[in-house]
Amino acid sequence: MAFNYDQYIRGGKLPHIWCPGCTYGIVFKSLLRAVDSLKLDRDDIALVSGIGCASRLPGYVDFNTLHTTHGRALGFATGIKMAKPDKHVIVVSGDGDATAIGGNHFIHACRRNIDITLLVFNNYIYGMTGGQYSPTTPSGHLATTMPYGNIDPSFNIPELAKGAGASFVARGTAYHAAGLDRLIIEAMQHKGLSVVEIMNACPTTHGRRNKFKSPTDMLLWMKDTFIPAVAFDKLPPEKTAGKLPMGVLYKKEGLPEYCETYYGMVARLKKQKEGRA
Amino acid sequence: MGKIKLLQGNEACAEGAVYAGCTFFAGYPITPSTEVAEFMAKRLPQIGGAFMQMEDEIAAMAAVIGGSLAGSKALTATSGPGFSLKQENIGFAALTEVPCVILNVMRGGPSTGVPTGPGQSDIMQCKWGTHGDHPVICLTPAYVQEIFSETVRAFNLAEKYRTPVIIAFDEIVGHMRERIEIPDPGVLPIVNRTKPTCSPSEYLPYDDTKGDVPPMANFFEGYRYHVTGLNHGPDGFPVNASPRIHTDELRLIRKVEGNKADIVKFEETLMDDAEVAIFAYGVSGRSAKTAVEAARKEGIKVGLFRPLTMWPFPEEQVAAIASRVKAIVVPELSLGQIILEVERCAKGRCKVEGIFRVDGDPINPAQILAKVKEVK
Repeated sequence: MAFNYDQYIRGGKLPHIWCPGCTYGIVFKSLLRAVDSLKLDRDDIALVSGIGCASRLPGYVDFNTLHTTHGRALGFATGIKMAKPDKHVIVVSGDGDATAIGGNHFIHACRRNIDITLLVFNNYIYGMTGGQYSPTTPSGHLATTMPYGNIDPSFNIPELAKGAGASFVARGTAYHAAGLDRLIIEAMQHKGLSVVEIMNACPTTHGRRNKFKSPTDMLLWMKDTFIPAVAFDKLPPEKTAGKLPMGVLYKKEGLPEYCETYYGMVARLKKQKEGRA
Repeated sequence: MGKIKLLQGNEACAEGAVYAGCTFFAGYPITPSTEVAEFMAKRLPQIGGAFMQMEDEIAAMAAVIGGSLAGSKALTATSGPGFSLKQENIGFAALTEVPCVILNVMRGGPSTGVPTGPGQSDIMQCKWGTHGDHPVICLTPAYVQEIFSETVRAFNLAEKYRTPVIIAFDEIVGHMRERIEIPDPGVLPIVNRTKPTCSPSEYLPYDDTKGDVPPMANFFEGYRYHVTGLNHGPDGFPVNASPRIHTDELRLIRKVEGNKADIVKFEETLMDDAEVAIFAYGVSGRSAKTAVEAARKEGIKVGLFRPLTMWPFPEEQVAAIASRVKAIVVPELSLGQIILEVERCAKGRCKVEGIFRVDGDPINPAQILAKVKEVK
């Protein structure tokens, strides 16, 4: 039976704002399938975002949804999680939102290992404002603010997350949608800060300026470029040139989760107080 | 009889917050407000609340709004540069109508300025700091006991009107130690946000048809709704259309300006027969009170108007004073900010003279007395 997306989509809120050819719709559906398979009570889910095309996603979904300021979604999400540690908090962000203006919050959320699932929609560009280069725009690519080709070195988001202390790091793509479902499920099941970088295509402001003739070309590029991490690690260097690994890239179980540690301290203080009384 | 303590202003603010039911604090270290965070770091874990030192001032403000949406009464404390950094998210709280309290312990100067000295030059920023038209409530206590009770009032107003409330006092008041009495629970009234009574399917978080302050559902209580910093309709979803944006922004302003009788609070000292009035708050208000006592001993008819609510501005009160005195003296630790509001309300009906100082020292009573003699 076909998956019933309508059960999670707020009535009257579609059509979405995304352009024709944008892959965010694919990821949106993947997220809904993933959440559905976890059988969570939607009253217990907060979906939080910042600013940008990806950040419009929460508005369409029938959860507790919060569309905040540019780059700050993780700050808001951290407040929600600390106030209600037994609830599920998911953050949807873009490459600029998460790693440029929100870069500080990104690394510190990773460092704290607070139990939040962060989905970074990486489309290599600032789409909403019309195609300015972001911290992930590949070298040499054209953007409205890099008219002669991008000279800025780019971030590797999974490496950044791992280095900052995230205990679950994965990469999926809009092309490999079924695999993406599994990554989001695993990320949400993981206790601690989990980051899933999701490769996306923005034909309107990135692709057409960078020799992708059609949105399909961008998806085919994803198909050719991303290799399952298990296979990637076994390939000789000449075969991995220009390729990137996808799947679960790093996972460490059993690290202290921030809210558990904090409320463990609260419980300890209470016990000490009762012991004295 | 409550508990008697010797506390500094910053600690009294933290005590007041806990008394008001605050269970969430997020902050970032900054002079001269850090004692509030230190107090909360110790106290909140003891009472099961959440304390977080965030990675920066912006995240601290964001976390406070998140904590409040999840149902906690939330506080942050900061000073000058940190207050500047928080502004965007303060505007978010104003537009999305999320109650929260922000303490700004005012230090001197723009930029890093004089971190350890007092200032009163953020008072316009308290009202106009974030972009766009938005409501603001700002309280300006001057004594440690008053900081306690005004902090309780700040939380009550935030909850009652679904809006951020700023408490602004200067470094001297923040660090001054005085005897205070912490009342027993139940002595001071505590206000909690009004929750919806309708079914979740009928809930409109920004419904303006039944009053200016719509009931607020917390996250995770079955009312799954959308919160956005975009201008929005009654259901919380973005609108980009006339006339909703205009009428809704008017409602936000009306929540505060339309309830001035409830929100505006001030203290008058010997104003009945005053020929000269002093308009002063914070440490300048304390100096002014001493100046009034000294002037009265010399037979000079001078009184003090000390606002405890600076925003919304006590317009009617200042206008009435301007109609019956020769002059209003405005001492402030800035180069002339709140005097602009006094002049606006006085509308030329009396002289308005300022005493401005920004060198890190307070304006002393003698300076004020000299100015009173000059204008009387």
